[in-house]
This record gives sequence, C-alpha cells and structure tokens, in this order.
Amino acid sequence: MNRYEAVIGLEVHVELKTDTKLFCGCSTEFGKEPNTQVCPVCLGLPGAVGVLNKKVVELATKAGLALNCAIGTYTWFDRKNYYYPDLPKGFQISQVFRPIAYQGHLDIDVNGATKRVNITRAHIEEDPGKLVHSGGSITTSRYSCVDYNRSGMPLIEIVSEPEMHSGEEAKAYLEKLKAILECIGVSDVKMEQGSLRCDANVSVRPVGTTTLGTKTEIKNMNSFRSVQYAIEYEVERQIDVLEDGGRVIQETRGWDENRGITVSMRNKENPDYRCFIEPELTPIELTEEWIEEVKASIPELPDARRKRLVEEHGLPEYDAGVITSSLALAEFFDATLKEFPDAKSISNWIMGELLRLLNARNMELSEAKITPSSLAALLKLIEKGSISNKMAKEVVEIMFDEGKEPDQIIKEKGMSQISDEGQLAQIIAEVIAKNPKSVADYQAGKKQAIGFLVGQIMKATKGRANPGLVNTMLRDKLAEEA
Amino acid sequence: MKITEQNVEQVALFSRLELTEEDKAVYTESLNTILDYLDMLDKLDTNNIEPAAHVLSFKNVFREDKLQSSLAKELVLVNAPEEEAGCFKVPRIV
Amino acid sequence: MRLYNLSVFQLSELMEKKEISSEELTNAYLERISQVESETKVFVTLSKETALTQARNVDQKRARGEELSPLAGIPMAMDDNICTEGIKTTCASKILYNFIPPYDATVAERLKGAGAILMGKCNIDEFGMGSSTENSAFYPTQNPFDAEAAQGCISGGSAAAVAVGEAAFTLGSDTSGFIRQSAASCGVIGLKPTYGHVSRFGLISTASSLDQIGPITQDMTDLALVLNTICGHDVKDATSASVDVPDFTKSLVNEVKGLRIGLPKEYESGVEPQVAAKLQEAISKLEELGAICEEVAMPHTEYAAPAHYIISSAEASSNLARFDGVRHGLRVEAEDVSSMFKKTRSQGFGAEVKKRIMLGTHVLSTGNYDTYYVKALKVRSLIKQDFDRAFEKFDCLLTPTNPTTAGKTGKNPNDSLAMHLSGVCTLPVNLAGLPALSLPFGMVDGMPVGLQLIARHFEEETLLRVGYTLEQSTNQTRPKPGLFLKYNIHRG
Repeated sequence: MNRYEAVIGLEVHVELKTDTKLFCGCSTEFGKEPNTQVCPVCLGLPGAVGVLNKKVVELATKAGLALNCAIGTYTWFDRKNYYYPDLPKGFQISQVFRPIAYQGHLDIDVNGATKRVNITRAHIEEDPGKLVHSGGSITTSRYSCVDYNRSGMPLIEIVSEPEMHSGEEAKAYLEKLKAILECIGVSDVKMEQGSLRCDANVSVRPVGTTTLGTKTEIKNMNSFRSVQYAIEYEVERQIDVLEDGGRVIQETRGWDENRGITVSMRNKENPDYRCFIEPELTPIELTEEWIEEVKASIPELPDARRKRLVEEHGLPEYDAGVITSSLALAEFFDATLKEFPDAKSISNWIMGELLRLLNARNMELSEAKITPSSLAALLKLIEKGSISNKMAKEVVEIMFDEGKEPDQIIKEKGMSQISDEGQLAQIIAEVIAKNPKSVADYQAGKKQAIGFLVGQIMKATKGRANPGLVNTMLRDKLAEEA
Repeated sequence: MKITEQNVEQVALFSRLELTEEDKAVYTESLNTILDYLDMLDKLDTNNIEPAAHVLSFKNVFREDKLQSSLAKELVLVNAPEEEAGCFKVPRIV
Repeated sequence: MRLYNLSVFQLSELMEKKEISSEELTNAYLERISQVESETKVFVTLSKETALTQARNVDQKRARGEELSPLAGIPMAMDDNICTEGIKTTCASKILYNFIPPYDATVAERLKGAGAILMGKCNIDEFGMGSSTENSAFYPTQNPFDAEAAQGCISGGSAAAVAVGEAAFTLGSDTSGFIRQSAASCGVIGLKPTYGHVSRFGLISTASSLDQIGPITQDMTDLALVLNTICGHDVKDATSASVDVPDFTKSLVNEVKGLRIGLPKEYESGVEPQVAAKLQEAISKLEELGAICEEVAMPHTEYAAPAHYIISSAEASSNLARFDGVRHGLRVEAEDVSSMFKKTRSQGFGAEVKKRIMLGTHVLSTGNYDTYYVKALKVRSLIKQDFDRAFEKFDCLLTPTNPTTAGKTGKNPNDSLAMHLSGVCTLPVNLAGLPALSLPFGMVDGMPVGLQLIARHFEEETLLRVGYTLEQSTNQTRPKPGLFLKYNIHRG
C-alpha cells in the first residue's frame, strides 16, 4: 500500500563514563550547581589549553570494538568552528577527518527478523555547555543562561548508515546500542540525564528507487519512544509534502513532545564548519597490542549472552531478549542462576514479579533491595514446598522493598506452608465436621463442592496449607467417609 | 578579483563581524591584495608533499583520569559581562 | 648607582650580598617607570601594589635565609597576552579591555615561584598581529632609540622596557618574529625558544602552532638565567616538550672554534645594504674567532611568508572565536545573541585583526581549504625540509633579524602585507618551530641592528654559545638608546 520508503540514519551522542572531562580535570558528575565544575580549560578562557584524558581513548576504543568497528591506529582531533553561546571556545574539538572507530555494525531484531545496521563511524568529541531558557523554551525566552558544567564532557558520536526504514527499527537500534554500551561499562546511557542523545536523519523516497531523498534532521527527542514517534511523524509529513506536489526542505526540525509533531528550527545560515586539525593537541597513535588488550577486556556482549541463555539454558527467545536488554537484569539473572539452576523459573520470576515491581515503583534494578542470592533462596523454598507461589509473591515484594532474606520474612509473617500431614488431617477433619451440607453435596455427586471445602481449609490456615497436599488428603478423606 | 563583496559578506557572517557598506568595499580590496600575493604559492608544486599541521612530531600526550580542583565559584563569573543565578546570561537565542 | 643600569645577574648579586633589598630595587624601577613611561608607553597595565608586596615577600624569604633563585626580587614585565592571575590581561585589544584572568600562565607561575617581581604588562600589537606596536588598540610604544620621536619609530613594549630600564628583563611572545624583531629594533637580546620548550599554557593564542613565549634581556647571561626558569615540560600543555632542560649558564662559553655556521643567501634579498654590511662584519668576526661560515641554500624561503600568512590567519580566525561577549571582555548589548556576537566583535576588534579573521575564515572555508590551507601546510613541510638539510651541515644559521632598521609609525599603517613582509627573516623559524636568537650588533644611522641565529630543535645552547662569544669579543652587543641616555644624564 505504501508508495514511499523511509530512510533513516541515527547520530547518537554517548557520554563516556570517566571521572574527569575530556581535556581537563573537572568532575563529570551530573546534576551539580551551575558552573561549579568548570576551569579555565572547559570555560574556554583565553590562554587555556587542555590535555587529552587517556581513559577516554580507552573507553572509545572499547565502544568501537564492541560495535564491530575497525580502530584507527593513527588519529587526531580537529576543530569544528561555529558560534553558539554554549560553545565556550567558538569551536568544538572533535574528530572530523580521522575517527577513532569506523566501519562497524550491530544487529537488531524487528518483528522476529534479524537485521544488520552498519555504523559509519564513532568519534570522540567534547560536549558543549547547557542553555537554560528563561521562558521555558528557546523561542519564548527573552534571555537565556549558560551553565558550562557539561562543557568538555567526553562524548562519542556514533553515526549509523542510513539503513533503517521505520521508527520501530530506529528504536530497536537504540535499544541494542544502549544494551551494548551499558554492558561494556563505557557509559551510563541514560537518556533522561542526557548521557545518551539521539538525532535522526530522515528522508523518504519512492519504493523501488535507490537515490536518497532530501533529508531533515530531527532533534530534541528525550526517549527511545519519542525517537520512534518523531520519525513516524516526520516520515508521514514528508510523504504528505511530496504527495501534495511539494518538496522537502533540508533543515533541522525539533520534536515537540506535547504536540506530537516536528517543527522547523529555521536555520538562517548554511553552516560551514571550516574544520582543521587542532594544533593544540597531539595525534593519537595506537598499537595493535594495545587494541588487543582493550578487546580482551570486553565482557560477554548482549547478543552472545542471549544466545547462551537460549542454547545452554533453554530460555525462550523472548525471555532471553528481555533479560539481556538490560545489563542489570542479565547480571541479576546469571548471579541467581549460580545458586539455583532452574533458568526458566528464574526467568519467570524476573519477567513477572521483578519487572512488575520495577515498573510499579518506577525504579532501576540497582535501587531495589532484592539480591540474586535471596531470590535463589526463595526459589529453593518454593521448590521444597515450604511456601506457596502465591505467598512467594508477597515475600518477593518485601524482599524487593526491604531487602530481607525470604526465610526471615516467612518466619516473621508466619507464612511458611503447612505440609505436615498430621496437622492438615486435623484441620481437614474439623472443616468436614463444620460443613456437613457441602460434604453431603459432594457425596451426592456435586464435585465442585470440594472447592468450598478447600477454601475453608485455606482460610483456617491463613492460606498456608500446601494446596496440592490439601486436595489429595481431602479427596481421600471424603472418599473414606462416603 | 578572487573575492567579491558578496563573498566578503559571507565571510563576515561566518566570522560574526558586522560590516558597513564602506567596510565591505575596503575589506574586499585589501583581501584581494592579500589573496593575489598568496597566489605565488601556485608556482610551487606540492603534489607529493605531506602537510605539516604540527611543528614537532609529538604524539600520545595524555593525562590520567584524575580529578583536579575546579575554579573557585567567585572566580568563574568574575569576568562575566552579565550573570544570573550562577550562570552567564545572554540575550535571546532566536 | 643607577640600578636600572644593571643586569639581572648584577642585581641578583647585590641582593645576595644584601647591599640592596628587592623592595628598594622595585621602588627604584617604579621611579624609573614614572620618569620615562609617559614618553615610552611601554606598559598597558602597571602592577605597582602587587609588585611591592611580592618584593617584600622576597626580602622576608631572604632574611630567613631561604635559598632563592637568581631571579628572586628582580623587577620584570611580560607581554599583555600572557595571563596573570588577578592582573588585567588585554592582548592590547578593546575586546579584552577589562579581562582579569583567574589563573596564571605557566611562565607567570614559574617566575612567581622564582620570586621575580611583576611590574606590569607590556604593550603589543593587538593579539600579536604585527611586528612593533602599530596595531595596539591603545597606543604605540615609542622606540627608545628615537629619543626625540623625530623619526616616529615604534617598538614592542617588552623590548623597549628592557632597553630603557623599565624592567630588568621581560617575556615576550613570538608568532612571526615579534620578540626578535622588537629586540633588534631596541638593541636588546630576544630569544624565541624551540616550539614546546616553554609552556604555552596561559599564552592567549593567536596562531597556536606558531606562538612561543621567550625572554628579552640585556645580555646573554641574563638570557641563560631566565631560560633556566621558564623552560621545561608542562603537564598542562599538550604541545609542551618532555625533554631534559640543561643548565643554560653552562652554555655561556666564549668559544666558537670549529663551529659551522650557515649563511642562507635567500635571506639577503631585500636587506638594506648597511644592515648587510653589519652582518658581514659579524661573519668576519666569527671567522676570525675560528668559526666556519659558508653559504647554504634554503630554496623555499620565499614561500614562507605567504604560507605563514595563511596558517596564522586560519588559526587566529578560530582562536579568536571565543571572544563573543558571553564569558569575558567587551559586550555590546543587542536584542539577540547573534547580533550581540556581531556588534561585540565588530567594535571589539581592530581593523587588522578583523582582516586576519576574515582571511582565516576564507582560507578554511569549503572550496578554499585545499587551495590555501592545505597548500600552506605543505609549504611548511618544505620549509622544515630546507632547515633539516641545512642543519645536516651546519650547527646554526646566521641572518639579519630585520631586513631594515626599526620601522616607523605611520608608514603604511594599512599595509599589513608590508608589515608581514618585514618578518621574512624571522617567520620561517616559527613555521619550523626552531629556536632563534636576536643579538644586537652595532648601529646604522643611530638605530640598532639585530643579527639572528637559528639552531636545531632544542639546541638553544648553541645560540647561547655563539651569542655569548660575540658579546665577549665585540663592543657591539649593548648599544644604549638615546632615550635611556637622555634620562640618565638629566636625572642621574
């Protein structure tokens, strides 16, 4: 039905996890008072020059390798010249001519199919400062305030080939990218804190053609979902323009989250960045041995982990996908598995209760108090029949919120399951004695009457009676009485 | 003419300089004089020559990822033409 | 005893022997400054109070018997593009008219550490774009040899300060030859060290790959003393060289026997005959002392000036982008940011600076980048090759510093090309990052002549040796300027 095909490329900025900035020793900590983490270098004060943070080179190389990139053994920094109040030097130090990583790829899964998206390059650059607009938005403000705490933070910009064709694919790409970068520990990849930011280049072309249409660049998206929606909106918009006989204008457009539309950001000037080699920094030469060392430090990546969960532990693809989409979940899973060997049952609890609680509390797994070994302990208690599944759900919630061990919770709350046949026999006898009518109905062939009797037994034991055992024993007893 | 008044206008915009009509004419002329002079480089064949962006062949100058103290708060804004709430204040962006 | 007549070394000895205190010395210099400054206009900013405080501190240290640097207590000054914490640093530009750096340049910190007394900040061309001070946004500095200002000769503030006794030594900055050219025109010694030998941290960059800080002194001994303090690796500057720094006073050797000195004949074109004659005189002297002087070919020399023009303008257009009215310096208010940028920069920068910014922007823009910028970088390779070849055969090279004697104000004030071309002998050295010394060598028509000696990277020691030998063997290296003598006689 669609006569047009969307072509999407993503530019993702990822803040690298270092203690200090790219060219100075200022802290990279997020959320501090404005302009308290600045020095002559990152403020661009006249005369100040910086020195490259070695850790950044290591993390960028690691990221490049994890994204299947080739690593440049001889690279350098360039200046990208433009004027903006958040840019303290009037140029951004970046790698224009020789990126540290290039020609990589990652695989995404959309609608059950795997697709490869090529990565053009990943290069190191510095972040500008941050503008705070007096009137809430850039267009309505009489003035703005600049905070340079973010200025000079180390970034890598990861540029994909224009090879995605839907908002959904773009979202899957971002999710996979996030999972990989999180897994190798190079970034916090938190979109809400700005440690991962994404711009999308979107164009459309008639199906069957290969030349690229005029693209627009979409900015200001603050979640993976809004990336997807913004792209979907923009694709529709461009198709409408073309259908109406118009032409798409090459421009930058901002995503307006509230209105669900993209809006032209009206650049009056065609930028010419006049890039040239940064004379105040030296080139970077990396040896193959050093690159190999970095490679060896890369842990099992999400794809490999996922494959392992499916092939070695028999998890369904879906479960394995969800668990490996987040490093925290995957590590939690593996740690639990060490103490309790039933992968499927761990996965059920993670996918069920754990994710439900995380969502309900709007929390990160790291903030929850439950530990892998306490979950394993709980699963062991369930397996032994010491606690019912239903009870276990209550217990897990307490473990999640308070971090206590399951046996302690069970003891405190008197939740342990009654599997003692003598004790149960006595309760069953009492319930039978108190409910002659239901007993008579059952005996008369109304088999569903047993449900009421079981319910009475559970009530008498405050739900602690082992349900399987109660069922068997009750049937035996009723058969005896008949 | 290597550079026209229009070029000069564009270059001035990229340089964030405001030129009067008179300035434009003056700079166009003087930039052309310089560009004509620079033409002498055309005489020189540099086809197989590597460009030298740096003077000396230093490489891999790094620092460790170690915290250093930032500027004291009162010094950060000491030269700010205008400030508000610990920030550098600028007129509206668009 | 006129203290401003004495060298750093002599003053240091007097203080060591406790014949004078640093405070007395500083006051003597302040008095000298008040005597001549209205005529010379050496300073953009005077730092009298901090100078006296520093001097008292040094005196206290000395009284406590602490071990002190030979520079301790010595009044000095530096170019106004070197950042000094708490002391205005303007680059002789309106755009930084009120800028007070919250930090010290590494050289300022080192001199402070050595106990040298900062008297003030010297006049330069706006952002160092020029060879005297004709492009200072404030005023030109009088050349002290032109005592009655009859010829309208001007000079760099840091060189004039040393010549006339307003500072015992100074630090200048050199992008195309400023230190050497103004030292030559003021009859004092100026050295541009090897690129990377002195930290550039805190030097307000004009052309980052060309700029260097260096000393201006009265004699070779002082030069060695200052170099000992300012040279050396700086972790804050990525282009700073991690090489061992020798004790430069050990190079003050009166001996050039067997030393091979190259004479690049390309440097002689356009040189005034009288200046050429002085050069020849120096050559004869060196040969007489046993040096081997021979001509050497530097075939790409004529291309150095245009290549330098392109590279320095390109880098400057980028380096000067940070002057936008947001964080420091001048701001001209406007409705929106873009107009504020334009108004601030248009009113803040002078004509020459604006022209260089536009030229730099032009040569870096799409379509021109390869034609101009990359081409210039290739020429730079060729210039370096010329030097490399010459240094295979020679220990150092000898040229005039300036093709003519001191420039005059009002001479082609708008002809920046002519001004640039006055650096034909000095700017190739910046392109190649080499160390070079300008040594006074006699006078022509009452104006001093400077000789330039160029050595291999990090071989300043050779320059010190040749300079010291000439200083010891001739009476030409300490010409006294008319202005100096005038006040010497009048006030005594």
